[in-house]
Amino acid sequence: MNFIRNSVIPVGTVLLAILALWYAFAIVLNAPFERDQAARANTTISTGQLIANTMAQERPVLPAPHQVAEEIRKTVFDISPTSKRSLVYHGGVTLSSTLLGFGFGTLLGILLAIAIVHSRTLDKSLMPWIITSQTVPILAIAPMIIVVLNAVNITGLLPKAMISTYLSFFPVAVGMVKGLRSPEIMHLDLMRTYNASKAQVFWKLRWPASMPYLFTSMKIAVAISLVGAIVGELPTGAVAGIGARLLAGSYYGQTVQIWAALIAAALMAAILVSLIGLMATLVNRRMGVRP
Amino acid sequence: MTVVALRPKAQSMPNATPKNVIDVKDLSLVFQTNDGPVNALSNINLAVDGGEFVSFIGPSGCGKTTLLRVIADLEQPTSGAISVNGMTPSEARQKRAYGYVFQAAALYPWRTIGGNISLPLEVMGVPKAERASRIAKNLELVNLAGFEKKFPWQLSGGMQQRASIARALSFDPDMLLMDEPFGALDEIVRDHLNEQLLKLWAKTQKTVIFVTHSIPEAVFLSTKIVVMSPRPGRIHEIIDCNLGTERTLDIRETPEFLEIAHRVREGLRHGHSYDE
Repeated sequence: MNFIRNSVIPVGTVLLAILALWYAFAIVLNAPFERDQAARANTTISTGQLIANTMAQERPVLPAPHQVAEEIRKTVFDISPTSKRSLVYHGGVTLSSTLLGFGFGTLLGILLAIAIVHSRTLDKSLMPWIITSQTVPILAIAPMIIVVLNAVNITGLLPKAMISTYLSFFPVAVGMVKGLRSPEIMHLDLMRTYNASKAQVFWKLRWPASMPYLFTSMKIAVAISLVGAIVGELPTGAVAGIGARLLAGSYYGQTVQIWAALIAAALMAAILVSLIGLMATLVNRRMGVRP
Repeated sequence: MTVVALRPKAQSMPNATPKNVIDVKDLSLVFQTNDGPVNALSNINLAVDGGEFVSFIGPSGCGKTTLLRVIADLEQPTSGAISVNGMTPSEARQKRAYGYVFQAAALYPWRTIGGNISLPLEVMGVPKAERASRIAKNLELVNLAGFEKKFPWQLSGGMQQRASIARALSFDPDMLLMDEPFGALDEIVRDHLNEQLLKLWAKTQKTVIFVTHSIPEAVFLSTKIVVMSPRPGRIHEIIDCNLGTERTLDIRETPEFLEIAHRVREGLRHGHSYDE
């Protein structure tokens, strides 16, 4: 009951509002084409007919939600997942490089944070570079990186995963530096009175104390990894992946296909973030966080 | 008055009588702050015998917590000498000579009460089976048997502080250093815990150093009361206080109790503790 009141109703309301807006824009944006058609045929078109037509165009400026839903249904359920026309196939390609890049990025971020927290020198020397690294417009130069890596025979999953890694290590590194430094002085003093080693202080205090920070940064990192993977797929000659699907759609003016790919990407991101949220809940429960 | 000099490490005093668990000679500690040096401790001389219950009392800024932290090797003195169990504080800390109880319970929130008591034992490499029996024994000691699987937030403030005392006792140190452990609790809980602490002390025979700013608490608990005064932090007077081992809260109505409490209050006044 609480779940319905606290989640279903508010989220559902916003979803309905978005759908209503979407339909409204679809009608407005697709109407000029219908009017042109009517004018060219020297006929007039009733408002009812106009609205009906705007929602059933083959290459609409903005496809209506149900057209996108139908495209997703067709490319997910009707077409075999091994086919290159299947959205599941392309989603799978993007997902694998997202997860690979996210995994590397998280690991790299955690390792950097550990190094920074334990060494003043590294704190002073690494931290500015970590921040500078994100001022490079990686999304803009990602296609070039892919092309360069392809030229030295690094192809397939790895180059895309590297873009994801580059984007995702940052939130994890920054979040974990904060998390590993979050224990109170009293908690650290306590370890000192036990004459605990640095490793013990890390495993028994810093690491568990940093868990909330880790999951928050991982949520950001996984979403940005997906963006990195999609951008990485754009220049590979539209071979495979959500990015390739977007590019191919825009070559041939297949707006429905583009939107289907976009919605699929958004759903994937939502599912990935929710999975990390679920992990966080499970860990929190084990760590006795007050519900 | 104290000249800020280079900070020599406190010397151990091999010739100190082994009877003295803590021996402090001419100890000073100067904090360098942005507003200039602060004399946190000035010319401290103190000897504590094994099994004593010693209270440090004084207003804020008199250095009572700092002195406790020097004994615990959490602060380094600027000059003078200190020995703990005949060693330097650093050696004593490495030998796990004391259990420390902070102002707040400082339990790790992600560990159960049992897990928190297990923490020092894990750090010190006590085998699992023995950890379990020590957890049970120490929870029993502070009347928290049955709370082993609860998380800290599920316990009241007084119970949390008792758990932190059990944690400090779990590895059976010779000494218990307590920094205003009941300061954040209400008076009813505090009275109750004072009684329990006294029983615990009688049962375990540990040396206890207890920092407080409550006169009745100090007089009720202690065998020796160290009256301290601020600016610079120093010992004003050391008052012996022996009200017998079988003490209950009723003793606070007796003339002997009131007499000692009066002497402590006079000591604080002469140490300018009540000045604005």
